[in-house]
Amino acid sequence: MAEEVLVFGTWSSPYGRRVEMALKLKGIEYKYIEEDLTNKSPSLLKYNPVHKKIPVLVHNGKPVAESLVILEYIDETWKNHPIFPKDPYERANARFWAKFIDEKCLPAIRKACWGEDQKEREKAAEELSKLLQFLENELEGKRYFGGGTIGLLDIAANMIGYWLGVFEEASGASELLTREKFPKLFNWANEFVSVSAIKESLPPRDKHVAFMRKRFGMVNTSK
Amino acid sequence: MAGVKLIGTAQSLNCIRIEWALKLKGVEYELIEEDLLNKSPLLLKYNPVHKKVPVLLHHGKPIAESHVILEYIDETWKNNPLLPEDPYERSMARFWAKFSDEKCIFGAYEAAWLEEGEEKQKAIQSAQELLAILEKQIEGKKYFGGEVVGFLDLVVGWIPRWLNAMEEVGGIKLLDAERFPSLHEWSQNFMANPVIKECIPPQEKLVNYFNFGISYRRSLAVAKP
Repeated sequence: MAEEVLVFGTWSSPYGRRVEMALKLKGIEYKYIEEDLTNKSPSLLKYNPVHKKIPVLVHNGKPVAESLVILEYIDETWKNHPIFPKDPYERANARFWAKFIDEKCLPAIRKACWGEDQKEREKAAEELSKLLQFLENELEGKRYFGGGTIGLLDIAANMIGYWLGVFEEASGASELLTREKFPKLFNWANEFVSVSAIKESLPPRDKHVAFMRKRFGMVNTSK
Repeated sequence: MAGVKLIGTAQSLNCIRIEWALKLKGVEYELIEEDLLNKSPLLLKYNPVHKKVPVLLHHGKPIAESHVILEYIDETWKNNPLLPEDPYERSMARFWAKFSDEKCIFGAYEAAWLEEGEEKQKAIQSAQELLAILEKQIEGKKYFGGEVVGFLDLVVGWIPRWLNAMEEVGGIKLLDAERFPSLHEWSQNFMANPVIKECIPPQEKLVNYFNFGISYRRSLAVAKP
């Protein structure tokens, strides 16, 4: 039976791109559907009635939502090129840090770039520094979070590996992830975006910077 | 010795769900009671990122975050599996677990802590809309896991007693048996399981726990300009 894999996403969302990164790493063919979140399609509302959000993966008609849930589904369904370690403790570690990135790092990144005022942005930048230090420590002795190859946690950290840089440029925020402060993370980010499955899944940079700048403004200008 | 320890607190629904999982699999463990108002060096050492309970220690290695711990337990002790085998069913269990923890619990808590008024009424309505979504998931099934208690039952396990305590303290009724017959029946089946029942704190303690939390929350709301 022919397999049908659909991915509902938006071109600039790191969450949707996570799903594409995982599928590309495993060489799974899929059809991508760009959503306009200001005018959600009947398909999106049908496949994710609870949250009405992207990304949604639809595999042979069955929908899976929430990007980290989707990543685990992908790894359990297509067993080539595993993105999850086999050891239960390593798996728990990957899940823990993936949650950490979504629940702690992402809000701090947004506030550091586009917080309401200078004070809020500085406070968030300080907080983000502390959070990034944890991830820096996680990379000790490793090329990727997944070890020798890209894994689930590397994909979950795509926001840090690529989107952070775009947000910094768009908002005018001073560099938050520097080689001096976080040498391992800095190196990791460069290695991450060089992997072809990842590179192919990144939004076009100039378009992305312009889009974020237009949407959120350039707040970190010297006044 | 198996070397399993659980750092937790007696009233925490996130901790009890770990005890349920360990007991369902017959895993012996030592419970280390934590005082969250005076966090121990042990907790700060084993969960430096969040400084929260529960933390499971297995052969000295720490695992934090209750869903992560539940999956670790399921992958380490393979008897009485908590998650289904089929990847799609597993993804559904994970999806609904997130929904229950990120939306339902907070929805219920908000409906409980808000003081009487329009906002409280709106919160009650929202909380019930969320419960209606869970109701649909349990319709026609004995447990969320099917014939036996599973991962999602443990995660939604706050409903029979913790929700009850929230309702009592907040002066609300969310889990209406008439409106949510399947969820109501599931609560009774769930509570009838001896392992589940064994770990639940006395109602009095849960009510005190929420009294403390809700009074504090209300005081914050008043303090805000």
